[in-house]
Amino acid sequence: MKDATKQTPAEGIDALPGDLMMWILIVSELLVFGAGLAAFMGVRLTDPAGFSEAQTHLNATTAGINTVVLVTSGWLAALAVQASEMGNILRTRLFLAAASILGVVFLVIKGAEYADKSAQGIDFETHSFFLFYYMLTGFHAMHVIAGIVILALVSWKVTPRNTEVGAAFWHMVDLVWVLLFPIMYLL
Amino acid sequence: MKYKTQRIAFAYFVVAMALFAVQVTMGLVLGWIYVDGNFLSELIPFNIGRMLHTNSLVVWLLTGFFGAAYFLVPEESEQEIHSEKLAYLQLAILVLGTAGVVVTYLFNLFEGNFLLGKEGREFLEQPKWVKAGIVVAALIFLYNISMTVLKGKKTAITNILLLGLWGIALLFLFSFYNPDNLALDKMYWWYVVHLWVEGTWELVMASILAFLMLKLTGVDREVVEKWLYVIAALALFSGILGTGHHYFWIGTPGYWQWIGSIFSSLEIVPFFGMMAFAFVMVWKGRRDHPNKAALLWSLGCATLAFFGAGVWGFLHTLHGVNFYTHGTQITAAHGHLAFFGAYVALNLAIISYAMPILRGRDPFNQVLNMVSFWLMAGGMTFMTFTLTFAGTVQTHLQRVNGEAFMDVQEQLWIFYVMRFGSGIAVVLGAVLFIYAVMKPRKEIIEAGAVGTPAE
Repeated sequence: MKDATKQTPAEGIDALPGDLMMWILIVSELLVFGAGLAAFMGVRLTDPAGFSEAQTHLNATTAGINTVVLVTSGWLAALAVQASEMGNILRTRLFLAAASILGVVFLVIKGAEYADKSAQGIDFETHSFFLFYYMLTGFHAMHVIAGIVILALVSWKVTPRNTEVGAAFWHMVDLVWVLLFPIMYLL
Repeated sequence: MKYKTQRIAFAYFVVAMALFAVQVTMGLVLGWIYVDGNFLSELIPFNIGRMLHTNSLVVWLLTGFFGAAYFLVPEESEQEIHSEKLAYLQLAILVLGTAGVVVTYLFNLFEGNFLLGKEGREFLEQPKWVKAGIVVAALIFLYNISMTVLKGKKTAITNILLLGLWGIALLFLFSFYNPDNLALDKMYWWYVVHLWVEGTWELVMASILAFLMLKLTGVDREVVEKWLYVIAALALFSGILGTGHHYFWIGTPGYWQWIGSIFSSLEIVPFFGMMAFAFVMVWKGRRDHPNKAALLWSLGCATLAFFGAGVWGFLHTLHGVNFYTHGTQITAAHGHLAFFGAYVALNLAIISYAMPILRGRDPFNQVLNMVSFWLMAGGMTFMTFTLTFAGTVQTHLQRVNGEAFMDVQEQLWIFYVMRFGSGIAVVLGAVLFIYAVMKPRKEIIEAGAVGTPAE
């Protein structure tokens, strides 16, 4: 990744770290979540009062904690990439495991949030706010699960390239949440 | 012909083109029924005519895909086809099934019979015995092709092609599931119809296009493969959940409106990718291949697919728009240009490329073939515009003003007349194409400078 400047500098898409296919996936995912969030904000314009009323049912504190959890997890994945580039496989695995555990913590907190909504009798048909809430956070949660699987696969076959590819996906999951959290919970 | 079993493709292409002729002829009849509603109403009711038009389309395109696979897999995997006999048996089953379908539809034989009667689900109305025959034929085909590939070289083109073809066969199994609940029926129905044309068929399309680009432009295999993988990934990413754009109004939960709108909007991306791929390969290519007709069809295919499937698809894929346009002539406009651009042109491209080789007349002046391209492509584009205008007027009169369906149809008459005219151009083009690839023997031109393939 960093020695790209030393040797013959790669140009264009070849300069991207990891695998081109992962970047295609990441861009596609960002388009989908971006479109979802744009649609959410668009629909909110048609019913600002209803949307802010619905938002009061969300728990911004636990979502805030989840933000910290996921960003920390992303940091651990970055450390795993570093360790992997230095050739330390055990360290890489430990960092990846730690990142995945925080991913699980995120899912547990998220699950509690869903359980709470469901106990209040809120489902995706209650209000369009909740349709987007369940759809976007649900899609995101599925990506957290997929990310954990990818990190597990990477720790099974650790190479600097694989770690980069896995971490890139994980950072995307991170990034999506960091966009989702303020738009859905705070604004 | 490098491998003698490639000649199997010839039989498949001939059957495909015969069905192509049936399809466009039925199209012309239907086009006239739109102008004069009572035309042939006793002999071939509209719904039967439409079935023949759409079913013969799907069957000939598939037959063409099979032929394309029998042609390109030996070259790619450097291996003769596993069993020539099985390939012809497969074709015989398909022909028998097709004939059975046509006869059953036309005379409405065995109405209501579980095994022998038609099922009344558009596109999947084949009697059960035909469906079973299709599955047997597909299994024979997959066995034959997979064995060939397993024995030989595995390339990105054969990988993606096989992925697509296996997907086609497995998804077809959903056609056997016919729930009583109409919403569920439609839901599973799209597993076949949508996931074919907006998923697995795209994989077949991308791999055949990649093969043609490899042969016609002489660009490095490595470059072609990178594009192919990216296009295949984009097609599956957008196409699978893009199924949701059929779930807006059939009783499925509301979130499908957003999932369908968002993912299906992205379905334009792989089609743009295929168009960019074809043009970039031609620009980069060092080879001046003499088969200009095949190149014309390939570029035409990628371009018209982008407009027909991509742009015209996006036109009415957002649920807010589709709420008004659903099932109007907008859909017909999209359907015609999408199928023509993506899959008809693709088949005609590989046929244009393969036929001179199969018939030992390579290089071959294909001026008539190129004329047929412009006739068909021009006719189809004109048809798409007239139907789009008809659909726009229809949407306004019927969906906005709330006028009755048949009153609106009467007001669309002028568009239907123009559409019939463009239909004549398409049929003439089709006839000319078939004549061009089957008949002339003499018009040989000089071979271009064929560079060595850099593979």
